[in-house]
Amino acid sequence: MKFGVVVFPGSNCDHDAFCAVEHALGQEAAFLWHESRDLAGSDVVILPGGFSYGDYLRTGAIARFAPIMSAVKEFVAQGGLVLGICNGFQILLEAGLLPGAMLRNRGLKFICRPVHIRVENTETPFTNACRPRQVLEVPIAHAEGNYFADAATLDELERNGQVVFRYATPDGAITDEANPNGSLHNIAGIINRQGNVLGMMPHPERASDALLGSRDGLFIFQSLVHAGVHAGVRAVAAGRASPKAEAAARR
Amino acid sequence: MPEITSQLVEEHNLTAEEYDRILRILGREPTITELGLFSVMWSEHCSYKSSRPHLKHLPTRGAAVIQGPGENAGIVDIGHGWVCAFKIESHNHPSFVEPFQGAATGVGGILRDIFTMGARPIAVMDSLRFGPITERIVSSDRTARTDVALNRRILRGVVGGIAFYGNCFGVPTVGGEVVFEPCYQSNPLVNVFALGVAKQDQIFYARARGPGNPVIYVGAKTGRDGIHGASLLASAEFSGADGQQKRPNVQVGDPFLEKLLLEACLEAMQTGAVLGIQDMGAAGLTCSTCEMGGRGAVGIEIELDRVPQRETGMTPYEIMLSESQERMLLVAERGREHEVIQVFRKWGLDAVEIGSVIEPPVLRVKQHGSIVAEIPNQALTEEAPVYDRPRAIPRRPVPLEPPFPLCSRSGTELAEDLLQLLAAPTIASKRWVFEQYDTMVRTNTVIAPGGDAALLRLKETGQGLAMAVDGNGRYCFLDPRRGARLAVAESTRNVSVTGAEPLAATNCLNFGNPEKPEIMWQFREVIEGMAEACEALAVPITGGNVSFYNETEGQPIYPTPVVGVVGLLENAALHCTPPFKNEGRSILLLGGAPASREEFAITFGSSQYAQTNLGMLWGLPPGVNLDSERSVQACCRRLIAAGLAESAHDLSDGGLAVAVAECSLGRGVGAAVNIPSGGDPRAWLFAEDPSRILVSVPGNLLADAKRIAGEYNVAAEIIGTTGGAALTVWQGGRVLFDIPIASLRIPYETGFERAVEQGSAHEERMPR
Repeated sequence: MKFGVVVFPGSNCDHDAFCAVEHALGQEAAFLWHESRDLAGSDVVILPGGFSYGDYLRTGAIARFAPIMSAVKEFVAQGGLVLGICNGFQILLEAGLLPGAMLRNRGLKFICRPVHIRVENTETPFTNACRPRQVLEVPIAHAEGNYFADAATLDELERNGQVVFRYATPDGAITDEANPNGSLHNIAGIINRQGNVLGMMPHPERASDALLGSRDGLFIFQSLVHAGVHAGVRAVAAGRASPKAEAAARR
Repeated sequence: MPEITSQLVEEHNLTAEEYDRILRILGREPTITELGLFSVMWSEHCSYKSSRPHLKHLPTRGAAVIQGPGENAGIVDIGHGWVCAFKIESHNHPSFVEPFQGAATGVGGILRDIFTMGARPIAVMDSLRFGPITERIVSSDRTARTDVALNRRILRGVVGGIAFYGNCFGVPTVGGEVVFEPCYQSNPLVNVFALGVAKQDQIFYARARGPGNPVIYVGAKTGRDGIHGASLLASAEFSGADGQQKRPNVQVGDPFLEKLLLEACLEAMQTGAVLGIQDMGAAGLTCSTCEMGGRGAVGIEIELDRVPQRETGMTPYEIMLSESQERMLLVAERGREHEVIQVFRKWGLDAVEIGSVIEPPVLRVKQHGSIVAEIPNQALTEEAPVYDRPRAIPRRPVPLEPPFPLCSRSGTELAEDLLQLLAAPTIASKRWVFEQYDTMVRTNTVIAPGGDAALLRLKETGQGLAMAVDGNGRYCFLDPRRGARLAVAESTRNVSVTGAEPLAATNCLNFGNPEKPEIMWQFREVIEGMAEACEALAVPITGGNVSFYNETEGQPIYPTPVVGVVGLLENAALHCTPPFKNEGRSILLLGGAPASREEFAITFGSSQYAQTNLGMLWGLPPGVNLDSERSVQACCRRLIAAGLAESAHDLSDGGLAVAVAECSLGRGVGAAVNIPSGGDPRAWLFAEDPSRILVSVPGNLLADAKRIAGEYNVAAEIIGTTGGAALTVWQGGRVLFDIPIASLRIPYETGFERAVEQGSAHEERMPR
């Protein structure tokens, strides 16, 4: 499987995502330059963390205008899998590929530390290798990760199982103390309605090597490989109906 | 053009004798631009005129050293075709005037020093010193008023600035130190230590060569910011309202631009068309042109009309002296310059040919085609004045003996003392600081902040690079030579307890006004102490930085040498960390017993306990036996390599009691510790005798561990056992005190945050 990692000016977790895919996962990775409109035959596109365009204006606000993003949007429309990590999540929000917005963390400070997240939906191409309600230890590193959406949007996200990760205690309780940044409903990651675009604030690529403390992030990358193998991603992408249908097809 | 008057010369921080020297060198009166060039290049900050004669006493060579002092960073061979580049630099004065931008640009400056050598920065550490953020800290000058609100504001600004720059740039900030003493209230210290790696055959140097080759300016445009940063800000004391007035001398940083510059420079270097490169830091365009010419024994001619400018109507003087950030100067191969320029265009950066390399070894500056300055390189660099300034032994600042007899403390009182120490901002967990830093970006951080040293793995080789930075101004104030030896001992020991072998060091020497004989004496003593320790511990100094004039209203800081050490661990996976991992392990104390009763009475006055618990300062810092230090470190590394030590932590601020508490707090594994009966228990619990390391060892491996310690002739006393949910201290068969881990955790985890956040809402509203 081929993972394309987009490089915007100011991306700084691009190498990390690349290494996680090539070394920890053993899959092919390629960098995709922001000025290009060619996804180089990627099966999965990763929008990595960092400070694209220096976070000028707002996080992710300028990156959404990059030429590569029009290709990403087309790819999404065809059912291609897109994973946005941290700044990548912020870009997906600004690009309208995911609903909601990011506010500054409630403590108004950048926070970098390992957190625990509970997997809320395992029937997605990003979490099919996880157990229901599995708790993963994955680090966060952001100043604007306080997820916000209006009540109607939140309702819809919850109803459709689009909340994929929530900040939790190590034993899986969803509490305010376990919420590092003030996100509504402890949201750490959401998926689009079609089930092929995931945005998450925690960094799975930083949890892909036991030497650095955790390998839990690999569940997410392995899920993608799984989804790709079973669905023959590119071939059938256009025909995919919903994550549920896809999951059913897999069984 | 203004006439060069004696007043103008004085305003440029040049003495009458120095001006005469300029007249002799040029054989004529300088232009105003030339006066500016001499002013910055002959400033203390750029010329090291007071320190140079002394710095040459430091050992700078070693088997692994590829590049010692004199370049932008030192370079050390780590094998497998890789090298590491590292250096520490101060940004003290700007960080007092404007804490956020001062600290941010401090990070930016040292990062450029690393990647200008062709190395990709992989980690940063910061050594920070501030005035007290809690009311109760003793000052050697009892008249000084502690302004905790000011100190908290500076701390918040500095930490914010470091986070702002490092996080966006994408380099992990992996640790450092944060220390509080009254002497740093108006002179905070911000020393930034950066480490990078490169392939051995892809090192770049700041040398111009080949007359006719193009000189290319890349990166940010030049503005009026930071003019005279090096000469008037960093090379003079503060007085009165300076803090406010000097704000325009501080530069403003853009980490996004620096990130682009990094990627573009490393990519441009790959073309093979870059011959030499130097960043524009202190003294900006002036320094980079004359130094690159000087090192290459050629000249550089530039046309200022071609320099990208942010503002209109800038004079040659302003363009040459601007310290605008995120700029580099490089020399490319004639005919291939377009390859280089193309890379910078790709990254959206300015890259403009502003001149060329010329035969005569001069810096020639033109504007609108006519020469506005022409000075021999050597006059600005090698021939800058050097002063062997007078030195005088100062009067002892504090008494040698304790000012009153140390009355005995009950077990309960000793427990309270420990809790008070753990809450002291200098000792308490720095989580509030380091969680604001991205400590993990680049996915190499094996040991994150909170340990004795950080450890970064190299993906390409599987090796680990350890980094530690340490200093102790209080020790050096009481005895500069002993203090400097202790700083080298502790920083290398911190590297050794990870399992890594110290390879080389970099130093940042923070002092008061060198024109005062007492300060110069301190400086000389520190250099000698440092040289002794570096020789004995086999860590050459490959570069660094001197920061003088850390004085306000005539009050100098403590002499504060800070030592950054880099160590190598062949297999990063075989590292060790401080926390106790398992119950029922024997706790071994590697290294000697505490000092004699008489020595204790004198050296205890330098301890963190004396500062925090007694509010007093007296005596001398402990002496360090460098042979013992070397043995104990080697022994510890061997125990780790042999897989015998499950944890390793050095004894430092707060002594044994704090060290054991820290080992227990890591993973909540308690400990029972025995101290010998007789004498003041504080000599065991809180004294800071050096060359001691705590390791925990499984029972079945104890004999092996003791045998190895014997081979190194290192004492390895079993002082206790891990386990339980409390820290229990026994003396003479009875429990001296017993504190649940949960009770240790509260002061340790909250002490710092409470101190810095207290009243923060109110302080933020106060006008700056």
